[in-house]
Order: sequence, then C-alpha cells, then structure tokens
Amino acid sequence: MKGSLIILGFFVLGLLIGIYNLLPDYLLQNDYSLYALYLLMFLVGIGVGSNKKSIELIKSVNFKIVLVPLSVITGTFIGVSIFALIQDKLSIIDSLAIGAGFGYYSLSSVLISELSGETLGVIALLSNISREIITLLFTPLFARYFGKLAPISSGGATSMDTTLPVITKYIGSDYAIISVFSGIVLTILIPIIITIIL
Amino acid sequence: MITVLILMTLGIVIGWFIHKKENILKFVSKLTNLSIFLLLFLLGLSVGTNDQIIKNFDQIGLLAITITVFAVLGSVLVSWLTYILFFKKNER
Repeated sequence: MKGSLIILGFFVLGLLIGIYNLLPDYLLQNDYSLYALYLLMFLVGIGVGSNKKSIELIKSVNFKIVLVPLSVITGTFIGVSIFALIQDKLSIIDSLAIGAGFGYYSLSSVLISELSGETLGVIALLSNISREIITLLFTPLFARYFGKLAPISSGGATSMDTTLPVITKYIGSDYAIISVFSGIVLTILIPIIITIIL
Repeated sequence: MITVLILMTLGIVIGWFIHKKENILKFVSKLTNLSIFLLLFLLGLSVGTNDQIIKNFDQIGLLAITITVFAVLGSVLVSWLTYILFFKKNER
C-alpha cells in the first residue's frame, strides 16, 4: 500500500508540474517515456525470471492451477464487455485493453498511452489502481461469499506481490502458491494481450 | 511494441540465470522501482499538459471506477464457478 502511494505521488507531482507549466518546453519535446518503458519491461522480465518461487511453481503446476489465471482473464473480459455494451464513451476494444491491465497500473497505463494515447492511459491508470484498492478492501468479503479463488481473481496481476499478504491472510497460505502463479502468468500476459488488442 | 515483448523475454531468461545472485537482484528491484517512479512522473507530466484530459478529469475518473467494478465482478464470479467445479471438492 505504501508503495502504491509513493507511485501515485510521482504521478500527481508530474501532473501538477504539467498543469502549472513548471518545466521548460524543450524538456517536454522529447518522449523519454518509451525508453523508460523499455527499461522497465526488461527489469520486470528479470524479476519474473529470477522469482525463486517459479521453480517450485513449475514443479507444482497441474491442469487445475492454469484455470485460475484463465478464469481471471475470462471473467475480466466478460465484465468489461458488458460495461462496453451499456455505455457509449469507451469502445469495446478500449475497454478490453483497460481490463487487460489486471491491476498492474504502472505497466498497463504506460503501454496503453504509448499505443493509444494519454486519455486511455489515464483511464487505465485510475482503473487498475482501483482494482488493487478494491482487492485490498474487499478480500474478506470476496473470500467469504465467493470462494477462495475470488480474492486472487480480484487481485489480478497484483496477487503475486502487493495484495498477496492480505489474500493469504483470508484464504490461507496453502493458496499462496496459486496466488503467486496466477499473478506471474498475468504479468507476463499483460503486454502481450494489450499489444494484440490495441 | 514487439520490442517490449522481446525485452521482457530477454529479461526472463537473464533472470533465470542470475536468480541466486542476491546483490544483483536487489539492485534490479531498486532500479525497477525507480523506473516505475520515472514513468508515472512522465505520464503525469504529459497528462498535466493535456487540457483535454484535465478538463474532463471527473468524467474520466468515474469511467475508470465503473469499468473496474465490472472487471472485478466478472472475474470474481467466473473464479467462483471455477472454485466450485474444480477446487472445492478436494478440500473436504
């Protein structure tokens, strides 16, 4: 949670500097964010590849565990498609791309702004931050009424790190491996799915 | 954007080989945080200079929260079904 606030703080700082025009124009001319994104993707890859649980995970993988991230993807896409049908501000393509952030707001927002413009990038940022917050707040409720996979599913990609502590607290540590697995699979799939959609 | 995918795959392979080198991984994790801070700062900056977004910020915020509610409900319900069909039996 503290990490998310710091990240949000940097976004707000940039926002304020932008609104009040505090930076000289020549700095705004260049688009550095693409290179920063390249660096981030490379680093995220290292993080996924070096995850010590991943070896353990590959040993424990059976048919069933794969169903968890698959359910997250299917459910998210069904949900956002219904959303796209009942309003006319966001197209189904845009809605799917935002949903495909699966809570990983830093990555998805930057990717989506590069591919489709800043407006959609900001919606992706706010939407995926709220996904993390909703998961942190409603995990007890989800776990109680919708089964042990519900908090993992709500957390999306965050179920491997930021929401993992609260998730395992309410569904038990025997589900921690499933939670981490689902988060890792979704993290890897986010850039792939978003690139395909947009 | 294929570059993004290639870089990530490259990272995963390298990560696999250096997963025992704690000090490198600590540095990688710090650098990851720094680049996330930088990216979100830059996103904020480009949003702040975009009048179109600033003017419609309340509407954009509402859209974002609504779509999230649908995304979360959809995934919670589908995973509930998965839980009942494939996971619950084995626990008892």
